[in-house]
Amino acid sequence: MSVRRLNEEQPSEFAFTPENLSWAEGQIAKYPEGRQASAIIPLLWQAQKQAGGWLPEPAIRHIADMLDMPYIRALEVATFYTMFNLSPVGEHFVQLCGTTPCWLRGADELKDVCRKMIGEQGEITEDGKLSWLEVECLGACVNAPMVQINDDFYEDLTAKKFEQILNDLRQGNEVATGPQNSRRASEPEGGLTVLKGDK
Amino acid sequence: MLRDEDRIFQNIYGFEGAGLTSAKGRGDWDNTAELIKKGRDWVIEEVKASGLRGRGGAGFPTGLKWSFMPKESDGRPHYLVVNADESEPGTCKDRDIMRHEPHKLLEGCLLAGFAMGAHACYIYVRGEFIREREALQRAVDEAYEAGLLGKNAAGSGWDYDIYVHHGAGAYICGEETALIESLEGKKGQPRLKPPFPANMGLYGCPTTVNNVESIAVAPTICRRGGSWFAGLGREGNTGTKLFCISGHVNNPCNVEEEMGIPLKELLEKHAGGVRGGWDNLLAVIPGGSSVPLLPKEICDTVLMDFDSLKDVQSGLGTAAVIVMDKSTDIIKAIARISHFYKHESCGQCTPCREGTGWMWRVLERMAAGRAQAKEIDMLLQVTKQIEGHTICALGDAAAWPVQGLIRHFRPVIEERLANGPMQEAAE
Repeated sequence: MSVRRLNEEQPSEFAFTPENLSWAEGQIAKYPEGRQASAIIPLLWQAQKQAGGWLPEPAIRHIADMLDMPYIRALEVATFYTMFNLSPVGEHFVQLCGTTPCWLRGADELKDVCRKMIGEQGEITEDGKLSWLEVECLGACVNAPMVQINDDFYEDLTAKKFEQILNDLRQGNEVATGPQNSRRASEPEGGLTVLKGDK
Repeated sequence: MLRDEDRIFQNIYGFEGAGLTSAKGRGDWDNTAELIKKGRDWVIEEVKASGLRGRGGAGFPTGLKWSFMPKESDGRPHYLVVNADESEPGTCKDRDIMRHEPHKLLEGCLLAGFAMGAHACYIYVRGEFIREREALQRAVDEAYEAGLLGKNAAGSGWDYDIYVHHGAGAYICGEETALIESLEGKKGQPRLKPPFPANMGLYGCPTTVNNVESIAVAPTICRRGGSWFAGLGREGNTGTKLFCISGHVNNPCNVEEEMGIPLKELLEKHAGGVRGGWDNLLAVIPGGSSVPLLPKEICDTVLMDFDSLKDVQSGLGTAAVIVMDKSTDIIKAIARISHFYKHESCGQCTPCREGTGWMWRVLERMAAGRAQAKEIDMLLQVTKQIEGHTICALGDAAAWPVQGLIRHFRPVIEERLANGPMQEAAE
């Protein structure tokens, strides 16, 4: 378990935009009548997106009301699941996988890059562009080491390549997602060993 | 080596499109209605005959699991829930199925759902897999548009809906009852069993939870016959399997191979071998972070299937092979795994909530040489007090890697402690 607390400074209110509200209604409709609480994770996730990458406390209450849930149940969910950021993050939020398969292939070097370019975990750069967090296995182990930045995975990284990606993101340049070497996905680099067929 | 024509996932690397047209070209959704018209029992019997064992880690026979669902509905709906909460360190196979072969999964959902009398299916995708979830949703939308899902799905006469759901970063939701809790909108804390999900699962209704890979291979098994699948591998350990090879190999990759392939052959044929050559191998974790590691002398000859790995006190798990060469600080490697379990413990059971953190702190000290030799036995004893004393298997999964470390690398720990600062104090 990890200690997770709400941020001290909170906005006074939160409401879904009309687009997000109709999106949320579509989500709730996926579940049987009376089971609308099932939609809480997708709704909290959308609220986090709308709020700029973190989940303010009024948003948790707003969603609890929408789903007819006691506030404490919604708070439990928001604090249990670690992808809900309970305090603000940078515009480009780096989740760095530090679990053993990535660690074996150089995750520590990527951490050094984060410390050098961003600061300690949880700190946001002065321009508001970057912040980072070490997270547990992100499920791209054969493309280690890797990070997730907002919605995308950046895989097969080296410290140099990672530094360049952070610089590019900060400057608003386009950055290719996925493997950063010659691979397309999870195939072995330097030639297929199976399914060679006509490719 | 497995022949290419016997590989189920022809597009696992995504060189072809993942869309419906490409998928149909690979044989997906080919006259699914005909398979369904053979009946519920026929589907279950084919899967039973195939010998397929669950691909999510526990290896429970899939056909048998399906047969536990009530034959007649008592008025409650039945549910199929697909566990796409892939988060076992080392494992990244379901990700490739979702982004490159989603239609195999969807067709499998229809067949499996039909076989258990379900009209609705939820696919629970881990929160971090945002692009994979989008890819899967695209495939679901396509399938609805083509009439393969919804009312009279694929012309089979069976109504079937699939909904894509997601989590938000909790490994524990890969445990089936925690997943159900999460899907109901709660914290993902495992339930006591019984009652089992087949009687009381999602919303208190009969539910079966299956891994993505288990479901995605079902259509091919039904088409080519259970006996084809059973003819691969060996008895009790049949079929093909997606292996994820990570760590210190020259070319880490995912690959579909026959069950029971020798570990050495798997690494050398597909992953370019161990970095620095086979003799540079220190240890392998053969089935995801939860299973005990194997030192090189066992790796020399061991076969990659459920029973062979069980015989050497490890397990096939999710078939995620994590390779460590001689440059690895093995104590640190396992300490990092312990940190993972400490982070992911749901906090419900005391032995796990307290024990995972305790093991991690002791291992961190051991890695730094700051422990007394007698603490090795104490650590081992604590692992035994966690193992088997919790509601779910996370406690076991946290204990096993530590037990494996002590079993095979005790001299390494002893040597480090002997050179550390705390030995004098002990004497």
